[in-house]
Amino acid sequence: MEENKTLLKIEDLKVSFFTPAGEVKAVDGISYTLGYNEVMGIVGESGSGKSVEAYSIIGLLQNPGKVIGGSIEFEGEDLLAFTPEQMRLFRGNKVSMIFQNPMTCLNPVYTIGNQLTEVLNCHDNNISKKEAYDRAVEMLKLVGINNPEKRMKQYPHELSGGMRQRAMIAMALICSPKLLIADEPTTALDVTIQAQILELMKDLQKKENTSIIFITHNLGVVAEICDRVSVMYAGRIVEQGTVNEIFYNPQHPYTKKLLASIPRLDEETVERLVPIEGTPIDLLNPPQGCNFGPRCSDCMKICLRKKPPFAEVGEGHISACWLHFKDMIEKEAEKDE
Amino acid sequence: MASYILKRVVGSILILLLIMVVTFFLMNAVPGSPFLTEKSTPEQIALANAKYGLDKPKYVQLWNYIKNYCKGDLGVSLKMQEGTPVKDIIFHQGKFELSIKLGIYALLLAIIVGIPLGCLAAYFRGSWLDGLLRVVTTIGVAIPGFVLAALLLIVFSVKLNIFPTRSENLPNFKSYVLPVISLASYYTCYIAKLMRTSMLDAINQDYIRTARAKGVKTGSIILKHALRNSLIPVVTYLGPVTAGIITGSFVIESTFSIPGLGKYFVQSVTSRDYPVIMATTVVLSALVIVMMLVVDIVYKIVDPRITLTAKED
Repeated sequence: MEENKTLLKIEDLKVSFFTPAGEVKAVDGISYTLGYNEVMGIVGESGSGKSVEAYSIIGLLQNPGKVIGGSIEFEGEDLLAFTPEQMRLFRGNKVSMIFQNPMTCLNPVYTIGNQLTEVLNCHDNNISKKEAYDRAVEMLKLVGINNPEKRMKQYPHELSGGMRQRAMIAMALICSPKLLIADEPTTALDVTIQAQILELMKDLQKKENTSIIFITHNLGVVAEICDRVSVMYAGRIVEQGTVNEIFYNPQHPYTKKLLASIPRLDEETVERLVPIEGTPIDLLNPPQGCNFGPRCSDCMKICLRKKPPFAEVGEGHISACWLHFKDMIEKEAEKDE
Repeated sequence: MASYILKRVVGSILILLLIMVVTFFLMNAVPGSPFLTEKSTPEQIALANAKYGLDKPKYVQLWNYIKNYCKGDLGVSLKMQEGTPVKDIIFHQGKFELSIKLGIYALLLAIIVGIPLGCLAAYFRGSWLDGLLRVVTTIGVAIPGFVLAALLLIVFSVKLNIFPTRSENLPNFKSYVLPVISLASYYTCYIAKLMRTSMLDAINQDYIRTARAKGVKTGSIILKHALRNSLIPVVTYLGPVTAGIITGSFVIESTFSIPGLGKYFVQSVTSRDYPVIMATTVVLSALVIVMMLVVDIVYKIVDPRITLTAKED
């Protein structure tokens, strides 16, 4: 993989849910690449398709969801062509996932030790009980759980929320995956525990050299941990760039408004937060033009007719908005006249 | 655990005492006498009453029952097998054994068939198999055991002549088939329905998604992760099932002419054989109490979150 520094390459991925009311385009043609050792944040409001996109990478899409187009390549292999058995061996081994609510994500009737060693047993038939046990204890130590031998014998209800999320992280990293997908891992935790878990993830990311896709709606968390950010709105990526670019030089109107709507501690003047007017679009009947068009204060005629292409607005910074093509549009309008 | 069981045993004795008191007053509230026949004269009845102590005040009679039960003496039958100790009738004439065997087989059938059927229906939800099972289990829950027993007898015994019509002392495997199926059908179908619902609920839980994300095999997800969680409501239901199967067996015993405890229990009530009524009630109650204790312990094994005693944590 010397010449190819890309771990994950997603191209024009389309995921739809076929409901009785019609096709819901949850993910509508997104593309990005993720390098080794890179942390990519995916932000967006609820229903913007960020989790669905992640589930399709790991093959956990539930009926009636289906990948209907595009490709997902992991180390050059086409994940969408995998058989179910190949996919099963891939999950938990090469790529693993942690979820939002650690309270319900661990099976209540099995011990932590049982659930940790299970991952090893699923992916290595030859591993001995002793080896699996030792590895699990080592992982628990690594995620900062004290007295790991005792924890191995405990049930999830005997651990606190933060400790359960640590155990989830230990479980996700036990096979040393190349990619970790974190689906809002800190959302259900209180703020001090959030900070601890983020610190732990940052630390482990460096130690274990794992790439992370970090899904969240919390921009503060993104700034804390990510190298690059993709901003999603209604199933499409609207802007993508490095953390600094997105936070200090946002180009897309949606990103700008999103940033304006979060409180800041470092500003001297106390200003009212600006909400984004309107409601998210109905994905059953997506608009012909830009998905954000109906809520955008800078909306132009073309925005309601055609989906905007990406414009490169900085180094590795792209934004899908017609405003970046304003000159071109005006020239064309003159020509037409 | 040991202290918990001890506590439960002490509690059970109190419950049995209460059951004895209630049974005593209930059976005495029913008019009639074990010695009342068309030919008997008032003098004869008074004589018999005096012989068995039925002429004494009620509280003395009750006290005698309790005193004798503490000594392990269940009294003698007044009518059905006059003079024979009730203990011998219940335990040494095979009645208890017959009923228990029938009940346990029915319970096992309900569990062994009901749980997998429920799992299958949940796993293949929405398929033709799920639909078929739904129809079958609904019919099974709707048809009373004695109607099914009659149907089975007509088809398999009378028309096809595969199984015997009278099972008597249940001498062989064949004779068990129809009574056990009749007794178990309702509970099997009910457990299957319960299992389907709770399995569907379990399958949609977050920890199942975690298991899939870990790369656990589908079979293992169902059998290890979902099954144990979905068993919890089923285990809860097993308490009443046990009681129902044991006390409800008398109809089936009558239909198949099995001289079991259930049938004997009903006969004792109609013939006012007081000591037999009392003994069968207490024995059956004790059995149900023991099964409830077993269910509670199984409950703890299936779900580690449950604490049996307030102190334990």
